[in-house]
Amino acid sequence: MRNETINRILVLFAHPAFHRSRVNRVLVEAVKAMEGITFHDLYDAYPDFGIDVASEQELLVAHDVVVFHHPFFWYSTPAILKEWQDLVLQHNWAYGHRGTALRGKTLFNVITTGGREEAYRAEGHNRFTMRELLAPVEQTARLCGMDFLPPFVAHGTHRMSEEEMSLHARDYVLLLDAIRKGSFDFETARSVQRLNKDLQGLIGG
Amino acid sequence: MHGQGFFFQAFVYLTAAVVAVPIAKRMGLGSVLGYLIAGMVIGPFGLGLIGEEGKDVLEFAEFGVVMMLFLIGLELQPSLLWRLRKPILGTGGLQVGATAAVITLVAVGTGLPWQAGLAVGLTLSLSSTAIVLQTLSERGLMRSEGGQTAFSVLLFQDVAFVPMLAAFPLLATGMTDLGQGSVNEATVAAGSMGSVQRAGEAAGHATAWAEGLPAGSQTLMVLGAVAIIVLMGRYLVRPAFRIIAATNLRELFTAAALLLVIAISLLMTQVGMSPALGAFLGGVVLANSEYRHELEGDLEPFKGLLLAVFFIAVGASVDFGLIGRDPAVVALLVGGLILLKALVLFFLGRAFRMGLDQNLLFTFALAQGGEFGFVLFSFAGQLNVLPPETTGLLIAVVATTMALTPVLMVLNEQVFQPRIGTKEVEETTADAIDEKGEVIVVGFGRLGSLTGRFLRANGVKPTVLEHDSDRVETLRALGLKVFYGDGSRHNLLRAAGAEDAKLLILAIDEQDKIRKVLDAVETHFPHLQVLVRVAGRPEAYELLDRRVHHVYREGVETALRMGVDALRLLGRPAHQAHRASRTFFQHDEDSVRELGTMRHDRAAYFSAARERISTLEELMLSELETEGENRDVGWDTDTLLEEYGQPDP
Repeated sequence: MRNETINRILVLFAHPAFHRSRVNRVLVEAVKAMEGITFHDLYDAYPDFGIDVASEQELLVAHDVVVFHHPFFWYSTPAILKEWQDLVLQHNWAYGHRGTALRGKTLFNVITTGGREEAYRAEGHNRFTMRELLAPVEQTARLCGMDFLPPFVAHGTHRMSEEEMSLHARDYVLLLDAIRKGSFDFETARSVQRLNKDLQGLIGG
Repeated sequence: MHGQGFFFQAFVYLTAAVVAVPIAKRMGLGSVLGYLIAGMVIGPFGLGLIGEEGKDVLEFAEFGVVMMLFLIGLELQPSLLWRLRKPILGTGGLQVGATAAVITLVAVGTGLPWQAGLAVGLTLSLSSTAIVLQTLSERGLMRSEGGQTAFSVLLFQDVAFVPMLAAFPLLATGMTDLGQGSVNEATVAAGSMGSVQRAGEAAGHATAWAEGLPAGSQTLMVLGAVAIIVLMGRYLVRPAFRIIAATNLRELFTAAALLLVIAISLLMTQVGMSPALGAFLGGVVLANSEYRHELEGDLEPFKGLLLAVFFIAVGASVDFGLIGRDPAVVALLVGGLILLKALVLFFLGRAFRMGLDQNLLFTFALAQGGEFGFVLFSFAGQLNVLPPETTGLLIAVVATTMALTPVLMVLNEQVFQPRIGTKEVEETTADAIDEKGEVIVVGFGRLGSLTGRFLRANGVKPTVLEHDSDRVETLRALGLKVFYGDGSRHNLLRAAGAEDAKLLILAIDEQDKIRKVLDAVETHFPHLQVLVRVAGRPEAYELLDRRVHHVYREGVETALRMGVDALRLLGRPAHQAHRASRTFFQHDEDSVRELGTMRHDRAAYFSAARERISTLEELMLSELETEGENRDVGWDTDTLLEEYGQPDP
């Protein structure tokens, strides 16, 4: 049973201007050295986009939960993470008849957005919710037989105070820790808008 | 002399150093203390291997102090010296003034006449440049605020020593003639500071030029000498060194470097100034020159050796006989002197708002008598300002406090600093005396200059060493910081800042030179990460065997860029050609590492030439094999078409 196993987590981090990102630095610092977490910075590993497909696939096989951790660029992932999907999620490996390598694994996004939460509503500036905008990732996960969870979102990074940042960092750690130890409520999580809205309810058990 | 001649003496000194210093270092006491103890052991009161001639040796070895100040000057840009004016004049002036006043009062309190008291006060206000600077730099404390302030104060003391010497005859109560004669004596005594005067005497020029001249002309002569040093450093020394460097005779360069320091010392001695101060000035003038690091590298061993002899001689000159006769008095005087000086220094540090940790460093560093004390006390004895038994006692006290300085520094580091939660020294690196870079580039030819320019464009200022003196000249004319020198000697690397640097970029052609630099780095600076350009595969194999990880074969990137353009001209899509070159590059790099380890088995069977051919064959074959290893299949639709059939039109 899922709840009894220990989940190995792979964080695929992508930020082309990481050195200028205040919020992501705090988030990354918090989880980078966590036990049982593999932190993989794609722009650091492939500065010229020369993604090593074989080794990326090996990494995926060796983990149970995959996290896309990135800022929200044009309602999507930064370029390298899209390139990663294009090249690593090969036909007959990730999907198709013989493509079963990722079956049963879990995927979700950890996203920072400049805009505030109100902007990501039907009546808001961006007209769609985060869940709606992430439909391509959700369907990608579905096609690969993966379990897709709603995103963990840190909204409003433009004006985020130090305290807010460290609260988000704390939540991020709590979330990964609960998933790793198997005390996370995957069932309830599937239907929420974002994982960090009522985190206590999800990690309690 | 014990009659055994020069070689026996050299044997004794060197043996003492070689035995004592490693032991002292291992015990965390530093080399200075090691030399001092070695001196005590072989001195007249220890094994008696060296006798009274220790004093002569002391004078000779003071030339080491001259060299040390020349080298310190080399490290100190004039602009930095200007920034240190406040600590030099303010802290230095107050330290000498206040310490002299306090000690004079105490001395007069014990019943000395005021003239004698003042002589004692002035003399004991000075500290030991040699011991303090050597100990500080050995412990890596020269960059710290406390270290810099201590250095500034020592610089002021060097200047103050000269007027003190001139003023002593005025204190001589017994003398009626306070005019010309006494000034001359002062000048002669100043000359005897270094060995230079002895050389002069031997050559038959016993009299200084300034002797017999009125005070006004003397001042003019001093100013003239300073002007000569500055002008020569600016306009004569650099072209001269350029010519000497072009001969490519290393020993000639060393000779020229020594000549320079000796010439400055002679000149300063002739006008009655401290040779150390003149050498310091000469160093500062040359601090911006391209030959700075080469000079440092060449003179460093001489300085080190002479200073070592100097410290041994100081150790040997501690008069245990005198101390043994009246241990309580000596102990009281030593303790009292250190305490008084430390109190004055501590309050000064407070007044100039130093942090507690830096203030303690500053205080402990300077709380001793100095080598100037030997000269001044002997001089005061000759002038009858002080009775002979007092001068003997005071010289013993000064020598003892000097010997105790390294002990105090260890005490400060291991007992006091841990209690107050010492702050990292790094905070003050911005104001450091020596602003050395994180990166050293050796070889500034085709390749090194490109790497260097790229680093500069990104805000990294490398220290550059280049062996071609013409190229050095051109590059400096363009305003680049390039230094003349050959990176294969560890002294030069040290002078270029290898101890504090993080990276060493090696961009020189000859594999043999590369080997030498790597040898030097492995032995002396194992912390340095090395990036090496090599000619080709065999050279790369050799370096990989040596566990150099960052190896760059020249021309690989260029060859592949040409290949990419060729493919594009043949009509291949640009992106595909580019990716193919990256795949090829990765494959090629991997194969260097793989074949590098394999080649050892084969080396026994094939000659080097055949090996090269077979390696090439192997390479070509392995290229064919990896044809199918396409990393871009994720973009292909072939298998999709197979599975889902033709897409709807």
